[in-house]
Amino acid sequence: MADLRTNFAGIRSPNPFWLASAPPTDKAYNVTRAFEAGWGGVVWKTLGEDGPPIVNVSGPRYGAIHGPDRRVIGFNNIELITDRPLDVNLREIKQVKRDWPDRAVVVSLMVPCEEEAWKRILKPVEETGCDGIELNFGCPHGMSERGMGSAVGQVPEYIEMVVRWCKANTRMPVIVKLTPNITDIRYPARAARAGGADAVSLINTITSIMQVDLERMTPAPHVDGKGTHGGFCGPAVKPIALNMVAQIARDPETRGFPISGIGGITTWRDAAEFIALGSGSVQVCTAAMTYGFRIVTEMISGLSDWMDAAGHAKLADFEGRATRNFTEWEHLNLNYVAKAVIDQDLCIKCGRCFSACEDTSHQAIAASVNGVRKFVVKDEECVGCNLCVLVCPVENCITLEHRTQGIDPRTGLPYAQPPLDWTRHPNNPTAKRAAE
Amino acid sequence: MLMQQDGTRSADRPNRFAKGLAADRLTSAEYAENFADLHPPLTTHEAFVEAERCYFCHEPPCQKACPTGIDIAMFIRQIAAGNALGGAETIFSANVLGGMCARVCPTETLCEEACVRETAEGKPVKIGLLQRYATDTMMGTGKQPFKRAPVTGRRIAVVGAGPAGLACAHKLAELGHEVTLFEARDRLGGLNEYGIAAYKTVEGFAQKEVAFVLSIGGIEVRTGRRLGDNLDIAELRRDYDAVFLGIGLAGVNKLRLAGENSLQGVRDAVDFIAELRQAGDLSSLPVGRKVVVIGGGMTAIDAAVQSKRLGADEVTIVYRRGEAEMKASDYERELARNDGVLIRHFAVPKSLEGEAGNVTGLVCDRVIPKNGALLPAGESFRIEADMVLSAIGQILIADRLGNTESIEIAGGRIVVDAERRTSVPGIWAGGDCVVDGEDLTVVAVEDGKQAALSIDRSLGRSEERW
Repeated sequence: MADLRTNFAGIRSPNPFWLASAPPTDKAYNVTRAFEAGWGGVVWKTLGEDGPPIVNVSGPRYGAIHGPDRRVIGFNNIELITDRPLDVNLREIKQVKRDWPDRAVVVSLMVPCEEEAWKRILKPVEETGCDGIELNFGCPHGMSERGMGSAVGQVPEYIEMVVRWCKANTRMPVIVKLTPNITDIRYPARAARAGGADAVSLINTITSIMQVDLERMTPAPHVDGKGTHGGFCGPAVKPIALNMVAQIARDPETRGFPISGIGGITTWRDAAEFIALGSGSVQVCTAAMTYGFRIVTEMISGLSDWMDAAGHAKLADFEGRATRNFTEWEHLNLNYVAKAVIDQDLCIKCGRCFSACEDTSHQAIAASVNGVRKFVVKDEECVGCNLCVLVCPVENCITLEHRTQGIDPRTGLPYAQPPLDWTRHPNNPTAKRAAE
Repeated sequence: MLMQQDGTRSADRPNRFAKGLAADRLTSAEYAENFADLHPPLTTHEAFVEAERCYFCHEPPCQKACPTGIDIAMFIRQIAAGNALGGAETIFSANVLGGMCARVCPTETLCEEACVRETAEGKPVKIGLLQRYATDTMMGTGKQPFKRAPVTGRRIAVVGAGPAGLACAHKLAELGHEVTLFEARDRLGGLNEYGIAAYKTVEGFAQKEVAFVLSIGGIEVRTGRRLGDNLDIAELRRDYDAVFLGIGLAGVNKLRLAGENSLQGVRDAVDFIAELRQAGDLSSLPVGRKVVVIGGGMTAIDAAVQSKRLGADEVTIVYRRGEAEMKASDYERELARNDGVLIRHFAVPKSLEGEAGNVTGLVCDRVIPKNGALLPAGESFRIEADMVLSAIGQILIADRLGNTESIEIAGGRIVVDAERRTSVPGIWAGGDCVVDGEDLTVVAVEDGKQAALSIDRSLGRSEERW
């Protein structure tokens, strides 16, 4: 069995699966049950300053978009940071860490953007014996309007400043949780590193309106007739998160900087993808909120089984391995030719490939052969766009096949040609000329 | 309440095993259960789950398999998008009797057989039940989704208010014509009202559907008018701009066995089913303890299953050919077998036996199929029976068409062209009474619809205008 043990920025856990800072990690009851279920670590739901408790809405806090069969594919929330008293949280964190010494217990923090405020919170948190802190610079609703959360995360200079305060006032590892609600994720990551942070985690939620109630004419869900933007997460945000993780992983200024990957992770495969793009641990929330803590069993066994089959003895064996193949468009090989092939034995003749290709793509699929309903790719039209592969409801029925022999009937050129990217392409007026 | 030997009546002591014809064989709870909806409607949740299974195919094979060409993928998409009423309109625009068809169509040999998920997983989308979900939703609102076009002043006689006649009348009315709908029986609906098995169309659905069809307006109903009795085809031609005949097959083939007309307990399956459909109280219907049904079509199955469900102890279907030749679908045969009906093949009725005026048995000759013919096997067998139901086919009573002009008949049915025109100008026909009629409600509906469009065109109206 593969070794799933994780050492992330000095924080150890038996597996890379952490519960993200969110309702599932709000209290000892939840966290204890999560650890019993097998989770490797938690990021305790964000603590704020001591004082009057945070007030949440008592109407709907969550919204969702559903796929077929009401599968939750996207989720959002307008819940604020913890609304429990600080001392209760600190006491529980201490007890839980004592009861579960092998698990990672990281505490998420968010206080006003003043050094004194951070100093005040760091000491009692450190005294709980927790493994590290995560600075919540991502929360896009409620707290951001009070100058916290993503209001800080959107200003790299603030990030660097707050990280410096924290590093100056604690020995604990500092993870900076980044907001995706910015233009270029590399800037806040660089700022975090410049400030001395030990790692980043991302993505936090994306600003969103989930639905509109067409009867009330209000964003949905609504609280007494009004709706607000919330933080979007769940499977639908995974592609955005993967890109942001990979951008940081390959940025020369942040290369090697530990990343805790977050965003729609639901199965072992999602986790493996984040790790392959450079994540040293992963954090999960929506999947747990949809299906409960038990899902971690599938994640652990799936990751382990895949690693065994792939010959990866430990996580480091494949961590970041896909990052090197993540490049700009201009470096893609324009001489690579693939064409769609429909497996007639698997084809159920729904014709969705035809509808998609005929109406919206390259008219490269025939809907009949000799008057009989049959869907066949026309090589002379197919550009290998992959649309038919994606809309086909049957697994592996349509595949893209790399062509290496013969002539491409679409272009009249041989399939086999040396690699050529845009930087050297003759059609590119700014192409680099080898001998010039 | 039930009559017992001691003269008392008791609901919990039915005449379960009484010999001969007897009513009250079951408890009221058993009657209710036996004649409850064969396929209960989908709940909203079930409808969403099922609707989301549809792949929205290119030129969907299901639509091609539907005789009325309903845009099935579209109505299912409308259901999935939370617009069941829009889905119903999609259905009704192609098939105004889409509600009944959702209940009685042999979907397993039509749309659902063609469904690509049948190919993919052996589990087609439940198109029939989704169609019922949408049409029930619309009919539950009591609204008619179609508006009549401006009145044309043209008058059309529709003879027979079965599925073909109703569909024709509705489309003609929609196109702005004035329709007079003639029906021989007391109630409209034809076989929907008098023929289909009771558990397929519960809670008076046939009449609800008739009301739905008529609610478009412009259709004057005249019941008690039977062609050849008090309705004359020549007069209709004279008084109306066009005539549509949807007169079904009013006659039945006879067994041609001695005792057929005299022995108590021998009757036609069509009449038996009609009586059952019209019965207010199922416990009042007499049924044999040992029933034999002769025939291999849907009527035979319906008669056999309903006999069983009325409390018959043993029910046997006797069919002269093999399993593959039965017109009843796989599903229908399975339904019968699950109810304990025995189907005996390659048996030709030879004689009826009786005692004291009551039927007591049926003797059949064994036959052997050879090159399409049935050769005597040289042996016979006897089935004990106190009820024998004949379901060996219905026939057109051509005499009723009168001698005005000769409407061409072939194979005992009216000949029509692709537009459902008969050989006589001004007369259209459709449904079971025409050649190539498949004895399916949905085919009759298509006939009526196509005839209406053809009539409209012939009257100088273009359907494109609407």
